[in-house]
Amino acid sequence: MRSARYRELWNLLFVALVTAVGFLSVYTARQQEIDSTSLIYAGYFLALYAVAHIGLRAGLPDADPWLLPLAALLTAVGLIEIYRLNPTLARDQSIWIVVGLAGFLALILLVGDVRRLESYKYTLGALAVTLLLLTMVVGTEINGARLWIRLGGIQVQPGEFSKLLLVVFLAGYLREKQEVLSMSHRTILGIGFPAVRHLGPLLTMTGIALAVVAVMNDMGTALLLFGIFLAMLYVATGRSLYTVVGLALFAAGSWFVYETAGHVRERFSIWLNPWPDSRDTGYQLIQTIESIADGGLFGSGLGRSFQLLDNGSTIIPAAQTDGIYAVWANETGLAGAAGLLIVYLLFAYRGFKVATLADDSFSKLLAAGLTFAFSFQAFLIVGGVTRVVPLTGITLPFVSYGGSSIVSNFMLLGLLLMVSDRTRKAIR
Amino acid sequence: MNARIGRLFWIAALGTLILVTMTAYWQIWAAPDLAAREDNARLVYRQLSVKRGLIYDAGGRTVLAANKRRVKNGITLYLRRYPFGPLFAQPVGYNTVGEGRTALELYYNDYLTSSNSDLATLFDKLGDKLQGQTVTGNDLVTSLSMPAQRAAARGLGALHGAVVALEPQTGRVLAMASSPGYNPNDVAGAIKRAAAPGSGSPLLNRATQGLYAPGSTFKVVTATAALESGRYTPDTIIDGKGTCITIQTVPLCNAGGESAGQVSLAEALTFSYNTVFAQIGEQVGKDRLYRTMQAYGFFQKPPADFPSDELSRSGMYSRGRFLSPSAPVDIARVAIGQERLLATPLQMATVAATIANGGMRMAPSLVDKAVSPSGKTVFESRPEQITRVMSSQTAADLTSMMRRVVEEGTGTAANVGNLSVAGKTGTAETGTAGLNNAWFIAFAPAERPRIAVAVVIERTPEFGGTIAAPIARDVIEAYLASGVAK
Repeated sequence: MRSARYRELWNLLFVALVTAVGFLSVYTARQQEIDSTSLIYAGYFLALYAVAHIGLRAGLPDADPWLLPLAALLTAVGLIEIYRLNPTLARDQSIWIVVGLAGFLALILLVGDVRRLESYKYTLGALAVTLLLLTMVVGTEINGARLWIRLGGIQVQPGEFSKLLLVVFLAGYLREKQEVLSMSHRTILGIGFPAVRHLGPLLTMTGIALAVVAVMNDMGTALLLFGIFLAMLYVATGRSLYTVVGLALFAAGSWFVYETAGHVRERFSIWLNPWPDSRDTGYQLIQTIESIADGGLFGSGLGRSFQLLDNGSTIIPAAQTDGIYAVWANETGLAGAAGLLIVYLLFAYRGFKVATLADDSFSKLLAAGLTFAFSFQAFLIVGGVTRVVPLTGITLPFVSYGGSSIVSNFMLLGLLLMVSDRTRKAIR
Repeated sequence: MNARIGRLFWIAALGTLILVTMTAYWQIWAAPDLAAREDNARLVYRQLSVKRGLIYDAGGRTVLAANKRRVKNGITLYLRRYPFGPLFAQPVGYNTVGEGRTALELYYNDYLTSSNSDLATLFDKLGDKLQGQTVTGNDLVTSLSMPAQRAAARGLGALHGAVVALEPQTGRVLAMASSPGYNPNDVAGAIKRAAAPGSGSPLLNRATQGLYAPGSTFKVVTATAALESGRYTPDTIIDGKGTCITIQTVPLCNAGGESAGQVSLAEALTFSYNTVFAQIGEQVGKDRLYRTMQAYGFFQKPPADFPSDELSRSGMYSRGRFLSPSAPVDIARVAIGQERLLATPLQMATVAATIANGGMRMAPSLVDKAVSPSGKTVFESRPEQITRVMSSQTAADLTSMMRRVVEEGTGTAANVGNLSVAGKTGTAETGTAGLNNAWFIAFAPAERPRIAVAVVIERTPEFGGTIAAPIARDVIEAYLASGVAK
């Protein structure tokens, strides 16, 4: 067996230890309220990652040994905090982790070589747009945002999958158009401009993002998709001009939406000053911030912070999804919060490393795009709850409660590992 | 392309740095302010999860504020219950989730929740935490006397007014009642009812915040200034100049059309001659009278262990606003407790108590001690001397003068069998014809005072001697009969 997998095993054992300690401390803190059988989740969680590890040994023996353990650590943090808030939700979440891991292994087995996806780029791109359109048309509105499609008994958040599909599409599309997009058609004031027709994709993408904001009231997904697009365009062409023009277009469009759509304006005004309306519109953000603040340097300890009201609901609205970072920051303090952010940064580091090592443009763009998508999403939601950016309803990858989020992020991880396995095999 | 990917990583690193910095900002820099915000649910629940200390009457005999334990969804909350309902509402106050807290519940909140930094308490609290138990607060033992408080409440009945009783030697508050009152077990309901027109402000603590023209009770203060000036003795003869005199072009008359001739200072107090005291006021002058008032505690909030917002200053007021002592006044009318002079019942009780204590003014105090859950006394109040208002000779002179008021003057209704009560009546017009604010201040027994009382009744057709004096008598009697007094 390959050394990468042994390193991964050691990493996973470390994560297993952290997970066990985490669950035990929540359990000891809350044993009067929760049942000891719920501790089974911890063991079950470890078994799942053992299966994933064995799967990688069989399917991708040379893949990066850090990404899976980092993802495991993030899911552990999420599961511990969800368990701490509501053991029933933790049971659901662990089912989603099973589904996610199954999807992850299926993807690895079915696709095999990641480059095969390139030939389906337009199909996948069309699928991404279709999913978004479908949400706009038949989506259900929850808390004023239209993010979900009801499918049987469950709710699917198609935006999470559009993100992946968009990255795959852009990786294929940009690899193809890389050269034309990089060329200057004419020079004005010393700045080289590409031919107008090549600005088409930029305009289309801006339009899609703004439509997502206006129709779905989903600023988070819009920012995420547009950010992915700009980042990948930059990696493909190396032209910051695109980024500048793109940002300018988006800013102008946002201003237009801000002027015309009341809900966007409200989001912004809450962000700029949540304090006056602390019982109504500012409630979620203020409660979230107060929860973070309560953590101090080292936090209250897992399961020991004050999260549940005497009627059983959480103080922070949507604590298990939008607010999960705040719960973690409350229980583990600045030390734990910074630690979690560093785990994301390490994931980004390994992901971008996979991208730089890849030997073809498609793989490079794909890995860079996936990694950026992952990190930027984490930034948007953590930034949202710490008031760096307006609070949106997107999930914290691997940590937040939610099936769509868990499954799509496992697929993201699968794609990254597939790129990594092929390159490292080639190097060997 | 690799260089650009590298740049993306540095952007991610920068993003991480921003998020860590912002998290640190909230958790360290902004945390204290956020923790104290009223919308912070954990603050409210944390306080409710503390088993607040009990509040007792004097000597720790009876519980005035207890706890009701409620467990729901694994959260144990302690809600306040007041076994005597409205009886102790003014001095004890209330502690609620939605409506905040008042009075002793507010002033001693740190002791009641064990958030005071006393070492014995901290140790107990730590022990609780280690055992995973509830934090229990310190109990308070107040100076409130059950018999005196009951007599005060019974005396007020449905009337609007207030009663304050003090222990002269220590300033300990023996009774504090205000009517109409409210039930602290239903504060939300009381607040709703108080908003209705004609409710009579039941949430206002008239004993410490109610401002009334002191009327003739203030003549005791004027007499103090006169005796202390050295120009008067109780026997100094003053010409009362008939029924009315003219002060600043406006006639100033004696009550009931009585005529005062050549009378002694003692007689003038006994029969409460306005024409005499107006002249004394002018003779003594604003400076000296104001200095005496200042010494008695006028123009400042009383130094009591009570929330500052619930204490009013006594002094000159114009249209509800406190006037600086330097504002020009008609000193002759101030001297008889009129003009724009307003005083609280607590202030007038302090006047009586100071004379009873031989001229030394004591700080009013409601709590005798705080006791930690393990039984250690973590705080003990000591009688605090504020200032000497008059010589003990002046105090003795005033005592015998006030004794005569009750024996043969306007305050005979305060006579208690074989007990010697010293007092002074007051009846101030309210501006509505036929309705007065009736006052009585007193202390007893005159030779060795153990209780000083001030009673005020709002907007009554009766007089201080007829309606307020009997209430003061009942409070004195109930207190002295209880045998609590040492």
